[in-house]
Amino acid sequence: MEAIIEIGYLLATLSFILGLKFMSSPKNAKTGNLIAAIGMVMAVVLTFVAGYTETVPYTNLIIMLAAIAIGTIVGKRLSDKVEMTGMPQLVSLFNATGGGCAMLLGLVEANPMHLQETELTSQILLIAGLITGAIAFTGSIIAERKLAGKVKDYRTMGVVFSARILLLLMILLPVIYFFGLLPIGFAPFVFALAGLAMIYGVLFVLPIGGADMPVVISLLNSITGIATAFTGLVYGNKVMIAGGIFVGAAGIFLTLLMCTAMNRSLMKVLAGKFKKSTGAVSEEDQEIKEISVSETALALSFAQKVAVIPGYGLAVAQAQHTCAQMQQLLEKRDCTVDYIIHPVAGRMPGHMNVLLAEANVDYSRLKEMDEGNEVMSQYDVVLVIGANDVVNPAAENNPDSPVYGMPIIRSHEAKQVIVMKRGMSKGYAGVVNDLFEMDNCSLLFGDAKISLQEIINQLKLI
Amino acid sequence: MDFINQHIQEIYFVIFCIFIGIEVISNVPSILHTPLMSGANAISGVILVGAVYMMLQIPGDDYLNLTLGGIAIFLGTLNISGGFFVTGRMLKMFSPKK
Repeated sequence: MEAIIEIGYLLATLSFILGLKFMSSPKNAKTGNLIAAIGMVMAVVLTFVAGYTETVPYTNLIIMLAAIAIGTIVGKRLSDKVEMTGMPQLVSLFNATGGGCAMLLGLVEANPMHLQETELTSQILLIAGLITGAIAFTGSIIAERKLAGKVKDYRTMGVVFSARILLLLMILLPVIYFFGLLPIGFAPFVFALAGLAMIYGVLFVLPIGGADMPVVISLLNSITGIATAFTGLVYGNKVMIAGGIFVGAAGIFLTLLMCTAMNRSLMKVLAGKFKKSTGAVSEEDQEIKEISVSETALALSFAQKVAVIPGYGLAVAQAQHTCAQMQQLLEKRDCTVDYIIHPVAGRMPGHMNVLLAEANVDYSRLKEMDEGNEVMSQYDVVLVIGANDVVNPAAENNPDSPVYGMPIIRSHEAKQVIVMKRGMSKGYAGVVNDLFEMDNCSLLFGDAKISLQEIINQLKLI
Repeated sequence: MDFINQHIQEIYFVIFCIFIGIEVISNVPSILHTPLMSGANAISGVILVGAVYMMLQIPGDDYLNLTLGGIAIFLGTLNISGGFFVTGRMLKMFSPKK
């Protein structure tokens, strides 16, 4: 029996690796997801079979089965209902559930009835899993609320300062406790730590700016993974350790990728800091060229190669589908349309790709930033829709600019650039965009969806 | 030293997992980063294994811990089912167009 369980866990671990491995190509990814899901179900069923004895009370079984049934149904409902624009909120929410589960496990296991004479190592691991789980739990809930626009950034010295004190406490208290200097039992101590960690989770996400959300979601994801791995170590359960570490690695990989793409260090993101704009020129003083809808349509109708650079503004205007319609229309005229996507376009890593895929854009048309930059000069027209900072040439040639050093899509190297904007407001970074003043750039003002619809109408006539 | 001798297997295991994880994940193209994240999220729901194991050990009259355990199982299951379903839904959109 023991051997069957061990082999089952091994297979489950392999299924996770395969699932992640198959994510390397859009073609196989679906199969990978299925394999990982099967592995997961197998691991849970095996654990049940292995742990089940006749002495297990019925109450436990009923609660367990009910919880599993409700959890499955609620999960399915939530995932069926979610809009693709709301994906970051949902992923944060699911992340919170994972963290919450890890925290509760720690609390129950700390009960003296279960941990009578455990060694120090297990206790330390248990505390580590509990703290990380609790941080991921409340942190993800705040992140979800912020993404939904329900909670604003709250950046005062008080918040940042108390967060640091809490962090320090969470490191120092266990040390003091294990030296026997705190005269309380293990269970009350663990409950107190869980409380501190939950408060810390809130304070840790509150000051972080809206534009930095992709970094935070990735980081919280990785923290949940680490919590799972710690808890796995307490039980000596290999499938939990492996699963947790893979998630932790994925989260950290994406966190660092997002930081690089925004040219911000992780520390600065966490402190909620942003460089202040030093440029004296306000956008009102910029000399810009406006362009009309019909001129845009005309330019597009003569173009052989068109690139679209979408930003989150495109999704806010719900214009992905209209944009895909325009693409189909242009393709009928033997014009190729590519999408060049900056890594931080959207509210979480890869979010823009999902939004476009939902609008039936073929994934072979979705180009990564570097790929697009290499062939930028071949594009006759580049349409920038709802993006701003990611096409700002100041990031490359103005060391005084706050965005300097951030990798950008070099749209200014194309033959013609048309920027679709709602008005002359600044981007997230609040920085003047030098692109608007360039000779090959013109601006089309208005709501992205309405403008695109008008362009489509005009194109049909030409 | 005792600690290392006792736990050498776990230490090896953890280190190998870290490398496998990084190796596998760094090959994922940026267009699939959102499904990667939600899929990874679902995998972190493997914490449910621990919750199930724990639930089988709690005495039947320990209602506080049974409640906490029940909530833990609910949360873990929600993480897994929601994570895999939503990842599947997203990946379906990336299927090759006919």
